[in-house]
Amino acid sequence: MQIDHVVCAFCGCVCDDLSVTVEENHVLEVKNACILGRAWMIGHAGQREESVARIDGQPATLEEAVEEAVRILTSARYPLIYGLSSTTCEAQRQAVALAETLGACIDCCTSVCHGPTGLAVQSVGEPTCTLGEVKNRADLVIYWGSNPAESHPRHFVRYAVTPKGLFRPGGRKERTVVVVDVRPTPSVRAADLFLRVRPGKDFECLWALRALVAGRPVDEAAVAQTGLTLAQLRDLAERMKSCQFGVLFAGLGLTQSRGKQMNLAAVFLLVRDLNAYTKFAAIPMRGHGNVTGIDNVMAWQTGYPFGVNFSRGYPRYNPGEYTAVDILSRGEADATLVIAADPAANLPRPAVEHLRRIPTIVLDVQPSETTRLARVSITTAPVGIAVEGTVYRMDNVPLRLRKVLDSPFPSDEEVLRRILQRVKEIKKC
Amino acid sequence: MLIVRNGEVYDPRNGINGEKRDIYVRDGKIVAEPVQGRVIDASGMIVMPGGIEFHAHVAGSKVNLGRKMRPEDHRDIVFPRTAVTRSGVGHTVSSTFATGYALARLGYTTLMEAAGPPLGARHVHEELNDIPIIDKAFFLLMGNNHFVLKFIAERDFDRLKHFVAWLLEACGAYAIKIVNPAGVDTWKWGRNVENLDQPAATFPVTPREIVVNLARVQQELGLPHPIHVHCNNLGVPGNAQVTLETMRAVDGLPIHITHVQFNGYGGTDWTDFCSGAEEIAAYVNDHPNVTIDIGQVVFGPVTTMTADGPWQYRLHKLCGHKWANNDIENETSGGIVPYKFVRKNSVNAVQWAIGLELALMVNDPWRVFLTTDHPNGGPFHAYPDIIKLLMDRDYRAEVMETVHRRVQTHTQLKHLDREYNLYEIAIITRAGPARALGLEHKGHLGPGADADITIYPKIDDPAEMFRQPRYVIKDGEVVVEDGRIVQDRPGRTFYVAPGYDPQIVPTIREEFTRLYTISFENYPVQLEHYLPRREVIPCGNR
Amino acid sequence: MASYSLILITGRSTKQGVGISSGKDQPEYQEATRLLEMSRADLMRLGLQPGDTVRIRSPFGETTVRCSEADLPEGLAFLAYGPAASQLIGGETWATGMPDTKGFEIEVEKVT
Repeated sequence: MQIDHVVCAFCGCVCDDLSVTVEENHVLEVKNACILGRAWMIGHAGQREESVARIDGQPATLEEAVEEAVRILTSARYPLIYGLSSTTCEAQRQAVALAETLGACIDCCTSVCHGPTGLAVQSVGEPTCTLGEVKNRADLVIYWGSNPAESHPRHFVRYAVTPKGLFRPGGRKERTVVVVDVRPTPSVRAADLFLRVRPGKDFECLWALRALVAGRPVDEAAVAQTGLTLAQLRDLAERMKSCQFGVLFAGLGLTQSRGKQMNLAAVFLLVRDLNAYTKFAAIPMRGHGNVTGIDNVMAWQTGYPFGVNFSRGYPRYNPGEYTAVDILSRGEADATLVIAADPAANLPRPAVEHLRRIPTIVLDVQPSETTRLARVSITTAPVGIAVEGTVYRMDNVPLRLRKVLDSPFPSDEEVLRRILQRVKEIKKC
Repeated sequence: MLIVRNGEVYDPRNGINGEKRDIYVRDGKIVAEPVQGRVIDASGMIVMPGGIEFHAHVAGSKVNLGRKMRPEDHRDIVFPRTAVTRSGVGHTVSSTFATGYALARLGYTTLMEAAGPPLGARHVHEELNDIPIIDKAFFLLMGNNHFVLKFIAERDFDRLKHFVAWLLEACGAYAIKIVNPAGVDTWKWGRNVENLDQPAATFPVTPREIVVNLARVQQELGLPHPIHVHCNNLGVPGNAQVTLETMRAVDGLPIHITHVQFNGYGGTDWTDFCSGAEEIAAYVNDHPNVTIDIGQVVFGPVTTMTADGPWQYRLHKLCGHKWANNDIENETSGGIVPYKFVRKNSVNAVQWAIGLELALMVNDPWRVFLTTDHPNGGPFHAYPDIIKLLMDRDYRAEVMETVHRRVQTHTQLKHLDREYNLYEIAIITRAGPARALGLEHKGHLGPGADADITIYPKIDDPAEMFRQPRYVIKDGEVVVEDGRIVQDRPGRTFYVAPGYDPQIVPTIREEFTRLYTISFENYPVQLEHYLPRREVIPCGNR
Repeated sequence: MASYSLILITGRSTKQGVGISSGKDQPEYQEATRLLEMSRADLMRLGLQPGDTVRIRSPFGETTVRCSEADLPEGLAFLAYGPAASQLIGGETWATGMPDTKGFEIEVEKVT
C-alpha cells in the first residue's frame, strides 16, 4: 500500500511530500525523502527494543513503569522535564501540564540549539518569513553557520536554491547562494560564493556589515581579524543591498559559538537595517522535526519558549537558571523525565554525569545513551510513522503528521497523560 | 437546571431594559418555562448576556511571536495554578489559559480572534483550544491572498466565490478578514499602497476591487458576518478619507470596518494631526449597511500586532522599538511592535479621544461596538474603564484634563455630552456584536439562547461594576463567582461551511503546488482533530 | 608525545544523522561520532595517519577517537555531535542555557 503526502518529522524542513510503501506493517520503501528522512522512516521499522518498558534495565510492564516514574517524580523536590523535540504537540502539551502539576522545571532542546536565537528575538525582534516566500522571491540566499547539505538535505531543492518560484521561474539561475562558515562543508558545493570566517568572529563580521550597509567607515585591520577582507565584506554588503529579496539562514554555527545570542541579534539587526533598502528576511535553521513545536506550545501555554520553572505554581523564565544544562551541571535537579531526546549523548559531560546520579525516566522510540542510563525507560511509538499529531516546520508552518503503520507501543502523549493522571491522584490536585 | 432570580435584566435584543425578571436555564440553553434547580439570587444585581469580545488578537503564530518577543510583558503579571485553573502570565500578550480566564472573569463568554492566515489556521485552532471557557471563532485573512487577487484580476467572480467558500471551511474559519488590501501584497517587496486605487504587486488589482468583490462574495454566500475590514493607510494622518472611500466603495453592501480609531485621522502630518471621527460617524449614521468597532486607545503599554506588515514597520521606524515581521507565503503578513500610549503625547491624546468620539457620535448603538483591538489599542482588561468614560461625562471631562490639551482643540470630545446607559452598553458589548456576527444564540437572554449570563453587582461607578461580575455563567454552568474561576470547562469553536463547487479544488491544486511549499493535501485543517467541539453557523440570505 | 592545540567545531554530519535513526548502538553511529577530522598539515604535525587513534583533551574532559583527513583550515578540527564530543564540553553556559559547543580549544595527541 502506498501512502502519499507523508510528513517527515526528522529535521526542521518537515518535508510533507514523502511517499511511503507499507506492507504487512513494515515500511518497505520511501520516495522523496533525503538520506536522513529515509533512515527515520525505514530505521524505525526495525525497532530493536522488544519490551514496552524497563526498570533498572529489566523488562517491566507499562503500568509498573508508570508507577515507578510517578513515584520518582512525586518524591523529587526539583524535577526536570527535558527534551520534546521529536514528539507531537499533543504530547508536548501533556508535558507542560505535568511540569505545572509537579512544580517542575521544563526545558526543551531549544536551549542547546536555537535558544540564543530566542534570546535575540527578545532583544530586537525578528524580521522573517515562511519558506515559500524564499522559494518564490529570493535572489540572494545566505547560509551563515549552517550546513544544510548534512543537516537539512532537501533544503536546497525544496525551498531555497533550486526550486522555480513565482518570481524566480529560472530557479537556481536566478539566485546567488552564499555560504559563510568556518570550514568548507559539503554545502559549499551548492554555493556561488564561500566566505571562510575565523571561528568566533561572526559577530565582528556581521557588525562590520551593518556599518558597510549604513555607509559608515570600517577599519580594514579590524576586519582582517575575522578572516575575511574588507573587500569581501564590501562585496557582500553590496550584494545584500542590491538584491530584490534576500534571506539569511542562520545556523548553529552562530548560536553555539562565541557570541551566541549576540550573533543572532547581529543577524536580526543587519536584516532589519537592510529592509530600509530592499526586502530581507532571516530564518533560523531549526534542527529537529518538532523543536519549533515545543517552542510554540511552551510560548502559548507558559509565555516562554524554553527554560521554564513552575516551583511557585506559575511559569518563571530564566535562561541559565532553569535551562537543562545548567540545572544538571550544577547538580540541582534530583530527578529527570526525558521525552524524545537523548541528553546523555548530547549534553555536556557534567550534565550527563549528574543524569547518571539521579533517577532518570525516559520515553523514546529505541535504545539510546539515555535509555541505557535511565532508571525507568518506556518505549514509545515513533511520531509521523505510528502516531498522528501536529508538528511545526522551522518557519512555524503547522502540519499534521500521518500514521502509516501500527506500533505495539504507546504514544508519548498517552504515557504522559497516564503519568499526569496518577500524579494528580497522588497529589490530590 | 438553573434559575437566575429577580435580577435587573438588560436584554436589548428582546427589548428588556432593566426589568426585574427571572431567567430559566435548562441543558445549557435559556428556556421560557420555569425550571427547578439551583437558584442564583440576583436581587439588586444587573443581569446581561455574556459579553462578546468582538475583535482581539489572542491566538495564532503572530500572537505567539509576540509572546516570545515580550518576556517583559509576562514577568510581573502571573497567575498561579489552582485546583481549578491552569497557570499563566501576561498583560497584553498573555498566555492562553490566562487569556480565557481573564475574559471570563470580566464577564465575556464569546471571543472572535481577529486575524488568522490560512497556512497557520491549525496554529490558531491549537491556541484557541487552549483558551478555556470561552466560545470562539476566527476571521480568515484573505485580502492579499494570491488566489483571491488572481480570480479578481481574471474577473472570475464565480471561482472567487467558490474559492472563498472552500477556504473558509478548509480552515475552520468564520468570516472574511481583509487587512490593508493590496498593500500587504506589495509589502512582500517592501512597499505599500496609500489609497484604494493603487494596485497590488502580484496582480494589477486595487484595494477597491478587492473590497467590493469580497463584499459581493459575502452576500452571495450568505455568510453570517459581513466582510471585516482593516482599511488601507492605517495609522497615517489624514487616513479618515481612505476609510470613507472604503465605505463608499461597497455602495450599500454590508461591511464592517474595524478599529476605526486607527483609521480615523484628519490632518496631513503629525503637527496638524486631528480627529476625523465626525465625518466618519456622520457617514455611518447615514448608511445602515455599515457597522464599526472603535479600537479604543488605553494609556499604558500595548503590543501592536496586525497583518499590516508595512504599517508595523512604519511604527517601528517612528518609535524605534523592537520589530518582528513574518511574511506568510502567498497569503498575508504579520508585524509586531511594542508601544506605549502616553497621556501627554499630543498624538496619543487625540487617538484616545477619537475612539470615544466614534462611540458618542454614531447614533445607533447597534452599529458601533466596544473594542480596543486588543492588544493594539489597549488590553481588554480596560473595558470597564472605557465603559465608564462612555457612561459618565463628568468623569470623561476629568480624564480629558489629564491628557495633552490638543484633545481640546483637535477633537470634538469636549462638546460631546452624551452618556451611554446600561441598555446601550449591553448593545455595544453584547447584542450588537452578536447580531453583526450572525450568532443567533448569543448576545441575548431569550428562549433558545446559549445560557451565557453575566451578573454584575449594582454599583454606581460603572468601572467598578463591570470589573468584577458577581457571577458568570457559561452554557448554564457557573464558571466565575466573585472574580474567581470556579469551574474550568472548554468552549466551542464556530465556523462556516458555505458550500462550494468541488471543481474549484482541481482548479487551484496545480498552481497551489507551484506556489506553496507544502502539499495541497496537507493544507486543509482536519476539523475533527483541531475543532474537537465545533459548531457550524449556518449561512443563508440576510 | 607531541600534543597539539586545535580549535574544535562540533556539529552534525550525515552519518551521525542517519545513525540517530538506525540506532545509536550501531557501528555507523559509533564510528561517525568518534571521528576527529583535521587538515593534512595538522595530521602530519601530530605524526598521524588517517585512522589512527587519538586522545582529545579539553578543560572539561577527554575522549579517545579515530582521526581522519578533511578539507579543513589548519588549526581547525571537526567532531560530530555525540557522546565523545559531549565529554569535551563543559556545563558553563554563561547564563544563556547554551554551553560552549563550537570553537573551543582542545589538545590532541596520538595514542600509541
